[in-house]
Amino acid sequence: MILGYAGKFLEIDLSEGAFKNVTFDDELLKDYVGGRALAAKILCERLISEWEELDPLSPDNILLFLPGPLTGFFPGGRVCVSGKSPQSNGVVGSTVGGEFGVELRCAGYDGVIVTGQAEKPVYVFIKDSDVEIRDASRIWGKDGKETNTLLNKECRRLLSERYPDYGEWKEPAKLYIGPAGENKVRTAVVVAKWTHAAGYGGYGAVMGSKNLKAVAVKGTGPLPEVADLRKVSRLIDVVNKNAYENILWRRWGTGGGGYSFAAKTSSEPIRNWQEEWHDEKGYGVDQFESRLWVKQSWSDFGCGTNCMKIAQVKSGKFKGAITDNPDYEMEAYLGPNLGIFVPEENVFMSSLIDDLGLCGIQTGNVMGFAAELFQRGILSKKDLDGIELKWGDTEAFAKLAKKIALREGIGDLLAEGTYRAALKIGRMKGKDVLQYAVQSKGIGIGAHGIRSGKDFSTDIGYACSVQCGDHTSITDLPEDGAVGEVWAVFNDSAICCNFSGGFGLPRNLKFDFYNAVTGLALTRESWSKGGGLKTLQIQRALLLLGGPDLKWNPKVHDDNPSRFYEPLPSGPYKGKAADRTSVRESVLQYYQEVGWDENGIPKSETLKKLELRDVNKALRKLRK
Amino acid sequence: MATRKEPIWIARDLSKCSGCRKCEIACSLHHEKRIWPEASRVRVFMLVPGADFPHLCAQCEDYPCVEACPFKALSVSRKTSAVLVNNKKCTGCGKCIEACPGRIPHMYPANKKIVICDLCNGNPQCVKVCQEGGWNVLKTVTRREHPYKLYARKPEEQTRSLAIKLYGEKAEEFI
Repeated sequence: MILGYAGKFLEIDLSEGAFKNVTFDDELLKDYVGGRALAAKILCERLISEWEELDPLSPDNILLFLPGPLTGFFPGGRVCVSGKSPQSNGVVGSTVGGEFGVELRCAGYDGVIVTGQAEKPVYVFIKDSDVEIRDASRIWGKDGKETNTLLNKECRRLLSERYPDYGEWKEPAKLYIGPAGENKVRTAVVVAKWTHAAGYGGYGAVMGSKNLKAVAVKGTGPLPEVADLRKVSRLIDVVNKNAYENILWRRWGTGGGGYSFAAKTSSEPIRNWQEEWHDEKGYGVDQFESRLWVKQSWSDFGCGTNCMKIAQVKSGKFKGAITDNPDYEMEAYLGPNLGIFVPEENVFMSSLIDDLGLCGIQTGNVMGFAAELFQRGILSKKDLDGIELKWGDTEAFAKLAKKIALREGIGDLLAEGTYRAALKIGRMKGKDVLQYAVQSKGIGIGAHGIRSGKDFSTDIGYACSVQCGDHTSITDLPEDGAVGEVWAVFNDSAICCNFSGGFGLPRNLKFDFYNAVTGLALTRESWSKGGGLKTLQIQRALLLLGGPDLKWNPKVHDDNPSRFYEPLPSGPYKGKAADRTSVRESVLQYYQEVGWDENGIPKSETLKKLELRDVNKALRKLRK
Repeated sequence: MATRKEPIWIARDLSKCSGCRKCEIACSLHHEKRIWPEASRVRVFMLVPGADFPHLCAQCEDYPCVEACPFKALSVSRKTSAVLVNNKKCTGCGKCIEACPGRIPHMYPANKKIVICDLCNGNPQCVKVCQEGGWNVLKTVTRREHPYKLYARKPEEQTRSLAIKLYGEKAEEFI
């Protein structure tokens, strides 16, 4: 057994109400590590032959909660949620902070694999090796914060009853869904600790489709044994000291972005990306801090960065609303993207989105899309169930968000996410509205535009990513250069936090960390030519195989949303836009570097060299 | 921080706790040579997100846990003032938990022995990491006259106080 692993995975069949322990070979774990890469491998092995016909919201989908060998050691304690994505029909490795991954590993598991569908709403309660599928009818329908409270109470009561001699029981760690997930909204998230979410991918809907409200876990064991504890401790110190030095980051987290990514880099979505620049000084992080933050430092397990803050609205119409900073993505997508520039209103929207169990990025994207259609007279007030969806009308957007979460009226259509909604509205109105859909292959683009060229996002970042619009998994040239997607794969597989693990740390640190934990000798090069590249090929193959409702044509869909080719209308980078010809050239160059043919399909020789014969076989039909 | 030569106490400013649990990591690395949150002598409760706090021995003036132990497994360190557990005598009966106003002691997960903060023989590791990170929730001070027992609060009680301080009346919904 490789060190750093607990040594077993828990597989739960919700249809049968049964569970068992499963293991994977060391060789497989050496290649696929954990988290995202392992998720891609498991899904490929079990489902590739039926992938095209598999509806992600059917009981046949497999839902995965996979920490990595660094979870608990690397400051931040993240876990990866995955499965077939109801957004892209591919595989997205969506990581989330909190305490779940740590508790799960302390309970003795390297991950949870969920298959089937429960007959009635249930939640899974894990206490070390005791696993129980419990009735969740009492918490079904409850919002995020209520769900968290009810689960804490019920699980602590159970623990005290079952182990009365132990002393006080700490709360279990939980991953749960809100009403949006229950209603299989494609922009639903898997939530942890109120405000944390595995957003990209839409796995809240997959949990909902399985009638799985939550997984709660209490582990009383130690984290797995590591190869070199002194080195691991030293590396933890290196990451922490780096975090302590990054004062601005610690102080404001990503909360400074709502102003800076507009005023400085001109890359923030504003009114559905019609603009990317604003200079609203009232939206500065100092205002969030002075008026709203009730907690300056809020961390996940072992984290010295504490990029999370807690905000609460203290007065006015939205009094009482609680969320985190909001972090930059929520600030942007539930702020300027909806024409909202008031911190209190942004905190209220973000809090509502948390409670409904929606993804702020995807839901902010689809609501911005709807508002632009309203602005252009394509969607009428009647189409919107009487809502006048004017930019900046927070209450109108709040109404719409609730309708989306409950799939009521127009909400049912928008609950399909921007791309699917655009197709439907296009048919409904006899008009191509895809030009207003700012997304890539079913996934709304993260709040980092490419037109100014001043943000970290790249020209082909979203066009070629196997996670599509995911701003944390972008591509660039060269394929394995500084921004290569193989590094995002490692990050999401080992699993490290982008924030505690970036910005000022040596390039090799994550690999040194992995080696100190596992006792292996993985290098950057061997990862980028081995496990990292294999994972990209699997994710690409499954993305192209698609699903019963949608398939992607690389010639059309390996591209930026058309909005990114429109010149920026304002700000210091006014007039700048992505260039179609050069993007297309870069896309083709990327194909070549990563081993795909001119149609963007992984080449037979690439797959054979990587020993991915099953993938090669499955792709034959696409090569015709 | 150098080991003090006189009895100490860990002063606490709970509402500043970030919930990072570095104290648990440091404690378990020191005592267990593993990262083992449930074996840590200090445990961070987060019954209401944001109202996170470290729950650890307050070294009450009258040491009710020591008094309550029927097997004389608990004693007070003259050097540090910490409660020391004699594992050979501890039967895991839990009388000390009942006697503690904050129900702070808990069982070592691997066997039925109680674990209580031993102040790391005068150089508490939890304080060290909390100070290094600048959170300053925990701070080592010289033990003097102070109603230390006040700090032995049950998790629910402490959570309620912190949650209300943080969220006001809204907190009632989460308690």
